[in-house]
Amino acid sequence: MSERAPTRPSSATVTRGSLVRAWNSDLLYSFRHSPVTVAAAALTLVCLGGAVFAPWIAPHNPFDLASVNLLDSFTPPGWNAHGKASYLLGTDNQGRDVLSAILYGTRISLTVGVAAVVFSLALGVSVGLLSGYLGGRLDALLMRIADVQLSFPAILIALLIDGVAHVALPRASQGSMAVYVLILAIGLSGWVQYARTVRGSTLVEKNKEYIQAARVIGRHPAAIMLHHLLPNVMGPVLVIATIQLATAIITEATLSFLGVGMPPTTPSLGTLIRVGNDFLFSGEWWIAVFPGAALVVLVLSVNLLGDWLRDALNPKLR
Amino acid sequence: MTGPQIPLLEVRNLRVEFPTRHGTLVAVDDVSFAIAPGEVLGVVGESGAGKSLTGMAIIGLLERPGRIAAGEILLEGGRIDNLDRAALRRIRGRRVGAIFQDPLTSLDPLYTIGRQITETILAHLSVSRREARERAIALLAEVGLAAPERRLDQYPHQFSGGMRQRVVIALALCAEPRLIIADEPTTALDVSTQAQIITLLQRLSQQHGAAVLLITHDMGVIAETAHRVAVMYSGRIAEIGPVRSVIHSPFHPYTAGLMRSIPRIGRTGTRLAQIDGAMPRLDAIPSGCAFHPRCPQRFAPCERQRPPLFRIGDRLAACWLHDDSRSI
Amino acid sequence: MTTVAASEGAPPLIALHAVGRDFDVSKPWLNRVLERTPRQLLRAVDDFSVQVRKGETMALVGESGCGKSTVARLIVGLFPPSRGSIEFDGNAQTTSTAGAWGPEVRRRMQMIFQDPYASLNPRWRVMDIVAEPLLAHGVLTRRADLQARVFELLGQVGLTPADGDKYPHEFSGGQRQRISIARALSSAPEFLACDEPTSALDVSVQAQILNLMKDLQDRLGLTYLFISHNLAVVSAMATRVGVMYLGRLVELADAAMLFARPRHPYTRMLLDAIPDIEMSGRPRTPVAGEVANPLEPPPGCAFHPRCPLSNQRCRIERPELKAEPEGALVACHAVAEGRAPA
Repeated sequence: MSERAPTRPSSATVTRGSLVRAWNSDLLYSFRHSPVTVAAAALTLVCLGGAVFAPWIAPHNPFDLASVNLLDSFTPPGWNAHGKASYLLGTDNQGRDVLSAILYGTRISLTVGVAAVVFSLALGVSVGLLSGYLGGRLDALLMRIADVQLSFPAILIALLIDGVAHVALPRASQGSMAVYVLILAIGLSGWVQYARTVRGSTLVEKNKEYIQAARVIGRHPAAIMLHHLLPNVMGPVLVIATIQLATAIITEATLSFLGVGMPPTTPSLGTLIRVGNDFLFSGEWWIAVFPGAALVVLVLSVNLLGDWLRDALNPKLR
Repeated sequence: MTGPQIPLLEVRNLRVEFPTRHGTLVAVDDVSFAIAPGEVLGVVGESGAGKSLTGMAIIGLLERPGRIAAGEILLEGGRIDNLDRAALRRIRGRRVGAIFQDPLTSLDPLYTIGRQITETILAHLSVSRREARERAIALLAEVGLAAPERRLDQYPHQFSGGMRQRVVIALALCAEPRLIIADEPTTALDVSTQAQIITLLQRLSQQHGAAVLLITHDMGVIAETAHRVAVMYSGRIAEIGPVRSVIHSPFHPYTAGLMRSIPRIGRTGTRLAQIDGAMPRLDAIPSGCAFHPRCPQRFAPCERQRPPLFRIGDRLAACWLHDDSRSI
Repeated sequence: MTTVAASEGAPPLIALHAVGRDFDVSKPWLNRVLERTPRQLLRAVDDFSVQVRKGETMALVGESGCGKSTVARLIVGLFPPSRGSIEFDGNAQTTSTAGAWGPEVRRRMQMIFQDPYASLNPRWRVMDIVAEPLLAHGVLTRRADLQARVFELLGQVGLTPADGDKYPHEFSGGQRQRISIARALSSAPEFLACDEPTSALDVSVQAQILNLMKDLQDRLGLTYLFISHNLAVVSAMATRVGVMYLGRLVELADAAMLFARPRHPYTRMLLDAIPDIEMSGRPRTPVAGEVANPLEPPPGCAFHPRCPLSNQRCRIERPELKAEPEGALVACHAVAEGRAPA
């Protein structure tokens, strides 16, 4: 082995070096060379940007009841003969600008979606780690709970929690609490997938010798789970999370569409579709179609990203 | 090498490449050898030497993106490296049999071994089903399984590791191939089972007249089983010749270093001779002779030019030390 | 019971007294109830007694299922014994839930594993892997001290300080074993349990690693427990050798004596089965049968179905370890009765 002078690279070159390495890595290489994925990522960024910067780029504020003009309701899209330029995609039954409503609604959809995914990820990964590593009765109990929950469709569970919340919370705060209730409902309906996947990976990893080495050193089981196991079981979790984000957004839209999600005063994309649904066949098609298209674009691009991530990570998943 | 008969298997200038996005990796580089009928040729080398890939290339089981980039493989005089998939399927089993390392995964766990053997026989030989079954029973008895009629209807998981490997050997022999490729057949077995399988392979190849290409990293297995041995390093053949002379007086410094670093019973407590460094990675093969950075006897030409296989009597060695055109 | 004479006055570093370990391999409760099958207990180790002296290399050999790996794991405390006791430098194991050994003993013993690809956390840098015991035992806390110590260890095993920034997958099998050794040495232990440390390595790499281990032993005064199925490797490394079969010790002797004059029929069979690389044409006694199923070991002496010397007594009565005149311990009726050839 050749002897090199012991030097530690400065932190700046390490970061730049690791960025270059990451760019050249197999993962980002496959990303760069898949036009579908790049397009999907671009679209997701557009949706994300629209949602984040909604207060600045939206022409109107649909939640500000003072600025909404009831007389402007049912205005067709801007290119239509009867439309107005300021309402590019038309207005809904209460005079809210559809384009602005879509931007603000995407905001809510993404917020609920991401928060729900983070919640179910945290819960599911913890349960999976504990269950897989500790085993025994705890494992049996947690997995039976998971099995029971899996026998119900996710949407029913979300409906159940939502319904309970509606009954439990006072009517006045239901509007403002709606977001949190939705996050809780969707999050609780989705943790099982993470738990099962992480438990499976944990069962495989915990017999490997690096875990035994940590136990010989005398590390506490919590330290082993957190520092040794967690980084090694997270791979499939990221793939599930991306795909579940799309599912969460759709679930929220469904719940709102059914009337148990976001209230009409702070509509999400689903609520907008619901509102527009009533007028779909009476001629005011734009109220439902544009939010629907936005939802499709958002969910599709997130799904495509998730597909790419799953395939790109696959050869490395043993 | 025996007289002027047509060799059963002849490999000429075989080259196996792996195109990757970083460049083309050459895993087997200009390898040539021949096996006579009934002979056991051992191919020995460490991991990364390319011995398994050579065997896979011969039987046509190279995994993508690996491919045969150059060279010819001739079985009984006819080329088999350029055949289409259907023709290759006909050859596999009938003319070339294979034994792999892991007996656990070599057998289909869903079918009885009787079904697997009789199916193979029926696929390659035109015999009746009853006769195929009788042949299977005879084969199982020949490989040393007790109560073969009962065993025929059992599943692989009901056998131990050593017995499974015997079944795999029976499977390889059942269509009466002329050549058997055995890739690390004893590595996954216990020492006592290893000895039994080695003896079995020897006996069977003699009785059935099949040639064996025995690929392994274990010199001891080669010493017991092979007639001739080819030592591979970094995708190339370093040395090839009769087993006894290669082991006792190796010509290539790598073979010599390898033999010295093998621990032997009875030399208690002494340091082992070691070769410093490691086999080069496929993307960093040295110029000239691939072994020269680690060779204690390297000199001027070793770094510049890759040595061809020089002939010294009945042996070949790829080392400039044995360049007969050089004045010593 | 008698042990190989402890001619040195010092107490043994590690002492095992009649240690046994069972594993419950029964089917799940529901299956057992429905199929009415009983609980199944696998006796991986049974009545195992040995003393390891400071500074020696004690080897345990045997084929798969003989329990040698289980013994190593019992000693380092990965799980407690079902029977018997284990002492380290006079300290007995505790029965607390925190594990068999207290932190002070844990610092003094370490383990090297067989699979170089599974024994290092693939997501950790080499620096963190080697420094883990130092942090866990509180030996060093300051970053600069840790770094210096890790660099020193990497140099000791033949790697460079720059290797500390890399991940395990950037190294070959032999280099990974070096990293494992560096990790094992970081807390300056006195005892290393080595479970087949070179079985997954090529022959030339194996020679490097074995030489490294010998050098480290000389320099640091380490005591090794060396587990292997490869008798030639054991011959190069060990001072004393114990031969195990189906969980029990069948022969225990100094290395030189064991290889020169093996006594137990199983030891002879193992030595015979090694391929003859010298091609000396030595005569071999035929090897019979395979290792029995550990779940249903044969009655009496577990080796009797494969033993050329077995008689009626061997089928009924299990032999105990008895001392031979030259100091070896052998568990065999034929040897005790003088029926075994010299």
